[in-house]
Amino acid sequence: MATTNQVGVNQHGYRTFQIGHFSFSRDEYFAHIEWPGGSHLMPVDRFLKALMRDVAWNFFYGIVNFDEIFGTTNHYGTVDIFAGLYNAGYRAQKKEYVENLDSVKARSIFEEMLDDWTVEGFDPFAAPAETGSAFGPKKGNNTRAVKRARVVAKRMAGMKGDTPLRNDQNGFPVNRQFQDVAQDEPEVHAEPGFEDEVHAFNFFGYLSRSDVTWNPSVCSAVKDSLVCPTTEEFALPVIHGNDRVEWFIQLSDEIQWEIADRDSGAPRARAVMKPGDVAAMPADIRHQGFSPKRSMLLVWENADPSLPELYARKKLKPNPVDF
Amino acid sequence: MGHQTRFGSLQNYEKGGIQTINDDPRNYAFSNIFEVAARSQPWEKVAVARNLKYVLEAIRAEDTSPWYAASHDEVATVMDGEVEIRLVKLENPLVAEDHEGTTMLEGNPKGKPMGHIVARRGHMALLPKGAAYQFRAARPGVILLQTIKGDLTIERWKEICQK
Repeated sequence: MATTNQVGVNQHGYRTFQIGHFSFSRDEYFAHIEWPGGSHLMPVDRFLKALMRDVAWNFFYGIVNFDEIFGTTNHYGTVDIFAGLYNAGYRAQKKEYVENLDSVKARSIFEEMLDDWTVEGFDPFAAPAETGSAFGPKKGNNTRAVKRARVVAKRMAGMKGDTPLRNDQNGFPVNRQFQDVAQDEPEVHAEPGFEDEVHAFNFFGYLSRSDVTWNPSVCSAVKDSLVCPTTEEFALPVIHGNDRVEWFIQLSDEIQWEIADRDSGAPRARAVMKPGDVAAMPADIRHQGFSPKRSMLLVWENADPSLPELYARKKLKPNPVDF
Repeated sequence: MGHQTRFGSLQNYEKGGIQTINDDPRNYAFSNIFEVAARSQPWEKVAVARNLKYVLEAIRAEDTSPWYAASHDEVATVMDGEVEIRLVKLENPLVAEDHEGTTMLEGNPKGKPMGHIVARRGHMALLPKGAAYQFRAARPGVILLQTIKGDLTIERWKEICQK
């Protein structure tokens, strides 16, 4: 079946979308998803928050579960869109459904859906206390908010030609929950000719000015080693299923994580992380975080593109170290 | 009411932990940077995270470090205290291109001074490829180093991680 993007506008004023054999529509409160042999609905605020991350992250690493039923799996060039694929109940009854699609086309339609379904005053990247309501009939849009690009530093944020630092002047004031974070800059004394190589910046200050939540963005890179800090508040709007090991380093405040088996969703552990705590997230788990106060988290990734296949074929163990 | 942001330090940190339901806590290699640094010798480079060849090292910064270099960029984030970083552009590469991780240099490096950085808690500094660097800390502090596992990386997971 051909992939089309626009089917029509419904009585609530929203466009209906089709990707492969999946169709997507929204009303005043819910996103409705249908596929051959099944259907599902999600509160539309939760759906849009998950969709925002999936679009901004270009399907991220591994599995982005929008909830316990629906989500996407990144194959880096193609993407699986699924229903019930990582739900033990659906799998036991062979009720799961999955389609593999071209990533660029799927993302393009997701972007259109996100833009059309996000109403004026609602920012799916913001903390709940910082945004308006997602509900109601179609009323305007918030294109500026949903078109934010994920920051990806090539070497280090703030270097010449790299992603810029944040300040009041370029639209990034200190967040209301980080008003007490020091904004002093390091003393950088470069000899003539080395101004572009002697570089340092206030990393915590930079994070205190982030205007989004749950959005790991690359701040420094050492080959495939990517430091991807993020600021977190309330609940991670997706349940992330790993296709490789990643690590969390809690920089400030506290996050609690619910950790489950990646494929079945069976609970495995909880992690309580306080400042300075370090924990691996193994390659065979899914996790969702909860941050009572806005906090700073360093997500550390290995972007080696060969890893998903090595883990999937069990050439690598899901846990990072043995002791 | 204002919000108070909590950071950790060598003198004041509180660990969380892994609460297992159906798992082995060792799968999560749970540790705390400040606890590791508090129990380390100055300038020991203790891996607190490893993702195949890549590592994050917790370093107790105290007094003056040896000079170091690497065949690739490294990144230092000061997690506690104040650290001065001195940089020298090496006249000749002292580390082979295919040798990864931090290498300790003997004595003072030969080359042109590039400058220095004074970094405090929360500051991130580039340790650029092709440069030698040395840390100085008047009082004990903590550095988190983004690098590649090398000759100086210490792995003591059994001692630092929740079991």
